[in-house]
Amino acid sequence: MKDWRDEIHEVLSEAGIRQVAYLPDAGHSKLLELCEKDNRMRMIPMANEFEAIGIAAGAWLGGEKSVVLIQSSGVGNCINALSLSAVAQYPLLMIVAMRGEFGEGQRWQIPMGQAVRPTLEAMGVICYEARHADEVRSIVDNAATFAFQAHNRVAILLSQQLIGAKKFTN
Amino acid sequence: MAKSTDVMLERRPSAALIMKAIDDKALVIASLGTPNGDVAGAKDRPLNYYLRGAMGCGSSLALGLALAQPERRVIAFLGDAELLMNAGSLATIGVMRPKNLSIVVMDNERFGETGLQMSHTSFGIDIAMMAKGAGFLVAATVRTTTELERAVTAITTGTGPSIHVIKVKAEKPGRVKLPYDAVWGKNRFREALLGPDGIV
Repeated sequence: MKDWRDEIHEVLSEAGIRQVAYLPDAGHSKLLELCEKDNRMRMIPMANEFEAIGIAAGAWLGGEKSVVLIQSSGVGNCINALSLSAVAQYPLLMIVAMRGEFGEGQRWQIPMGQAVRPTLEAMGVICYEARHADEVRSIVDNAATFAFQAHNRVAILLSQQLIGAKKFTN
Repeated sequence: MAKSTDVMLERRPSAALIMKAIDDKALVIASLGTPNGDVAGAKDRPLNYYLRGAMGCGSSLALGLALAQPERRVIAFLGDAELLMNAGSLATIGVMRPKNLSIVVMDNERFGETGLQMSHTSFGIDIAMMAKGAGFLVAATVRTTTELERAVTAITTGTGPSIHVIKVKAEKPGRVKLPYDAVWGKNRFREALLGPDGIV
């Protein structure tokens, strides 16, 4: 079986993603490398995840599809901006590498990690959680359809059950 | 820090001077509040996109658009507080360096929509200098008609990314009526840019 990160990249590539707006997380490091090697994808490093929502809207206005790759702690930075995606029905595909949930040992990550789903859902973003490697391709594929064909705001939450919890020694 | 007191340009005629000089194919963004009226009052056209809310999103939206449409000039009219709300986007634009992106800051040194309270630039905060530090190729503050006339060429045809901070009077010009329907605004723009396939 293929590595799930290769599968995410394949699905993004098949979906025609041209802009990758990202703020790195360790859980995204391999996927970021795969996107970087793909010369059809333009990498946009952000200073703040807030930027992602405007970038995605601008890309769509210009006829391109984009994906947002961020860590769960950055979800909070997007909340107000998500009004734009909601009111104008912009397609939005976010892939969130989770912290602050399954197996987390760093307590500062917990408040935002636990708030990711309720805050996104409160803003009308549909969340899919991926916990197991064998479900990743199908989830990303269906989320891309839901975003770009049905014009929804969709977030895929990559659980620490999937990506592994970062180990801390206290 | 010194306050700037020599603000003299009027915003509507300043925006109109730029809008008069733009290429028919140029893509124009206007952020919420008075910049909406500055652009629509000068020349409404389907290739104008008005943000009626989502404060802070204008500069990033302009970046995504400029990257998607590298052959077209993208001109974003933004308020000073609008841009400062997403100041990090200056650095992101500096990294991506889109040659076709021109940002025009209509800097009235006020929060115009909430009662003209003094904004950060009224205390001397220099957006052009911030943009210069963030890697903009051109970053200038415009205070006089002569400077504005010179800036129009850079904004409409010069190599970017550029930012021109136009110091304008703190005034509340009359509202220009515009729809609030954001789906309509998106689709009108996409149809004008991408043709019938833009409506999906």
